[in-house]
Amino acid sequence: MRFTKDHEWVEAVGDVATLGITAYAAEQLGDVVFVELPSLGKTVKAGDPFAVVESVKTASDVYAPVSGEVVAVNSDLPDTPETVNAEPEKDGWFAKVKLANPAELDALMDRAAYEQFLSTL
Amino acid sequence: MSLKVTPLTEAHRAAGARMVEFGGYDMPVQYADGVLKEHLWTRRHCGLFDVSHMGPSFLRLKAPSGEAKADHAAVCALLEPLVCGDLRGLKRGQLRYTLLLNDHGGIVDDLMVGRPIGDDEQGALQIVVNAGTKEGDFARIAAAAGDAGELVRADDRGLIAVQGPEAEAVTAAIIPEAADLSFMTLTRALFAGGEAVISRSGYTGEDGYEILVAAGQARQLWDRLLQDERARPIGLGARDSLRLEAGLPLYGHDLDETVSPVEAGLEFALSKRRREAEDFPGAARALGELAGRIERRRVGLRVLEGAPAREGAEIVDAAGAVVGMVTSGGFSPSLSAPIAMGYVPPALAEPGAELGVIVRGKRQGAVVTSLPFVPHRYHRKPGA
Repeated sequence: MRFTKDHEWVEAVGDVATLGITAYAAEQLGDVVFVELPSLGKTVKAGDPFAVVESVKTASDVYAPVSGEVVAVNSDLPDTPETVNAEPEKDGWFAKVKLANPAELDALMDRAAYEQFLSTL
Repeated sequence: MSLKVTPLTEAHRAAGARMVEFGGYDMPVQYADGVLKEHLWTRRHCGLFDVSHMGPSFLRLKAPSGEAKADHAAVCALLEPLVCGDLRGLKRGQLRYTLLLNDHGGIVDDLMVGRPIGDDEQGALQIVVNAGTKEGDFARIAAAAGDAGELVRADDRGLIAVQGPEAEAVTAAIIPEAADLSFMTLTRALFAGGEAVISRSGYTGEDGYEILVAAGQARQLWDRLLQDERARPIGLGARDSLRLEAGLPLYGHDLDETVSPVEAGLEFALSKRRREAEDFPGAARALGELAGRIERRRVGLRVLEGAPAREGAEIVDAAGAVVGMVTSGGFSPSLSAPIAMGYVPPALAEPGAELGVIVRGKRQGAVVTSLPFVPHRYHRKPGA
């Protein structure tokens, strides 16, 4: 699993990567009450917003950690947004993309680097 | 510039609250439970809110005569020219919601004014204004009082709101006088050897109290209240979602200097005596609006699908034309649905009117709903 400074995670298996937000992000957001996912087939670009999460208080963009075409979305999430808080790095995944440029993964932090980054916040 | 603190800031930090800047103060937005649980706890049990950042104050005659009725009339005569409420008509121990208005009849702030209960304080009024507007309000009131009165700030004290269906049981165990108050009344009470002012009022739609105590006693009162397992501390996040469900406007969002009391749906704050005398700022505008010459009204909206519509979201009619703007909006924990308030033309302001809100470029259905979204549960005197 790789991580961004905006607190998204990405886990690649072959050329398909699963995207979500980190436990830290979920904790900071508080209770997630609404999730807006990208449509299937949409092309997302690394660094661009691709989903939205809303807590009682605020709406936050979720940025794509990598570029690619959306090949699956977590369709359970809009009905059970609390899964983002309960299992942010597992069942609370947002979407899967077909990687356009797998080398983008190399620019992201690994778990140790991300935890080091969190300790500076 | 460093943030101001309240007598309870340390207590919030010790409890693990997440702190944010609000009105220049370092305030808890939520505790460990989070906004959703804190909100529902207040609706079911009892929530404690630190509202010491607000602007409690006392307007006092400099030279009271000692005659209660005359002194009360004299102190009211200083404040009434700035507001639309009948203050002179307040009974001892009665509290009234009123509005500071500008010359165009726009709302400068909303505030609570109380007539003290004691014989020795009839030449005074208790005034509580909003945190973000208090400097301007205090200057305005002090200027109006001139040489006849002085405005004594009490915003260095602790102000604690206790709200929810179990608020009476929790509060009366510590301040027995609480049980005798009805909605919108206040009294003096002793707490830990000091004087407290306790009113039965709040900003959640629930029964409850606001208790003003000396700074040195605030922590003790907070901790005593929290010893009751029915009481939990609640942050500003849930305070906002609770007042939104209760349909209560928030100054700086749902109310500002361009909005009139009638547009805001606060006609009840235009007291009968003041309407008849037409002697409040912007009376001509307000009376014209009451007679039907009005451009917009504050409404409640149930958002029927999709994301919460938040402040600034456009409201559109069936044809897609922009007809207004959301001034407060979010997710209602009690209804598990998005709700909002905003302003629309009077023809579209009736409950049931089908409108839309634009969220991130997409139209979502919304229907005008009578306020409050969640019924008020105030403790009114039987027969009152």
